[in-house]
Amino acid sequence: MISEKKILVLIPAHNEEKRVADVIKGVRRFLPAAKILVINDGSKDETVRVSNEAGALVISHPFNLGVGTALQTGYKYAVQNGYKYVIQLDGDGQHPPEFLPAFVSKLNETDADFIIGSRFLNGNESDISILRNAGNMIFGKIVSFLIREKLTDPTSGYRAFKSTTLLFCVQDVYAFDYPDADFLLTLHRSGFRMIEIPIKVLPRTGGKSQHDGLKPVYYTIKMFLSIFITMLRRKRINKTT
Amino acid sequence: MPLRLKIFTVIIGLTIFLGIIELVRRRKLREEYSFIWLMAGFAFILIAVQSDVLDYLSGLIGIALPVNTLFFVALVFIVLLCLYFSLRISALTTQVKNLAQQIALLQAKEEGNNSLSDRNTPQ
Repeated sequence: MISEKKILVLIPAHNEEKRVADVIKGVRRFLPAAKILVINDGSKDETVRVSNEAGALVISHPFNLGVGTALQTGYKYAVQNGYKYVIQLDGDGQHPPEFLPAFVSKLNETDADFIIGSRFLNGNESDISILRNAGNMIFGKIVSFLIREKLTDPTSGYRAFKSTTLLFCVQDVYAFDYPDADFLLTLHRSGFRMIEIPIKVLPRTGGKSQHDGLKPVYYTIKMFLSIFITMLRRKRINKTT
Repeated sequence: MPLRLKIFTVIIGLTIFLGIIELVRRRKLREEYSFIWLMAGFAFILIAVQSDVLDYLSGLIGIALPVNTLFFVALVFIVLLCLYFSLRISALTTQVKNLAQQIALLQAKEEGNNSLSDRNTPQ
């Protein structure tokens, strides 16, 4: 059993001044002793001030580097400061903090190296669009086929990692704009074990999604390419070098 | 190759050659990137002086007109150059990302230390 003080809750945020405070307060309610870290990814609004006032530690990128890099900055902080578990959730309030204790329990009880919160496990309903639902299903099926394990929600950003996985993620082999299906595939091929737990996702209440505009087209093409390239790479990458 | 074209090609080659050297001298261009351009300038001069090289290349590749060989070789050169710069940009992107992360982490550490020392300072 890991002390809550050894748990880092990681919240990447880009222009989330209206929503991030509620996320921090929610985390505090369910994991009172855990450290809360907001990665401010070059926000132009008051995300830093609001997060500080809500009681979170804030690390600010000098400019916008993307969600994948923001998460890696958090992993680097966790490794440098000896945290055992990292749980990440979005700063836009879509991930209800009530599931945090379930992540901690699973990390304690199982030998899984990382846990994915799935919207579709147990057939949970979700408010996401048909297009994104279809994308999720396709990438889920592809990765499930490639790793010979069931994966229902490869694009979920609600995840938890043990320190063993973090040591891998702080290296330059982690180069993901969107750490989704290709990232999970890389972790699996590097020998890390994953499990999914059921979660619910709330509808977005404002702000700008990372999948607005033409980005889904770029995302889909890039993800197919990335999965293909990942399969061409050597199967096992050394976990810590 | 007609004499007028030869003179024109030599002038272009020399201009590239001398222009690159001047840019390096003024430190506008790093030496490591100048090498490939100096080679390009040299290639222009070589083709003008020894136009047999172009004829030989045309025969080798199977192109009827030597001028088309020139275009073809130039295009391949530019494509390879773009690829080389994409490789450099990829490496630089990783370096910039790591630097930005390190700055952010160090800044947070420094702010943490400052707030700690503020709290420990006797009032």
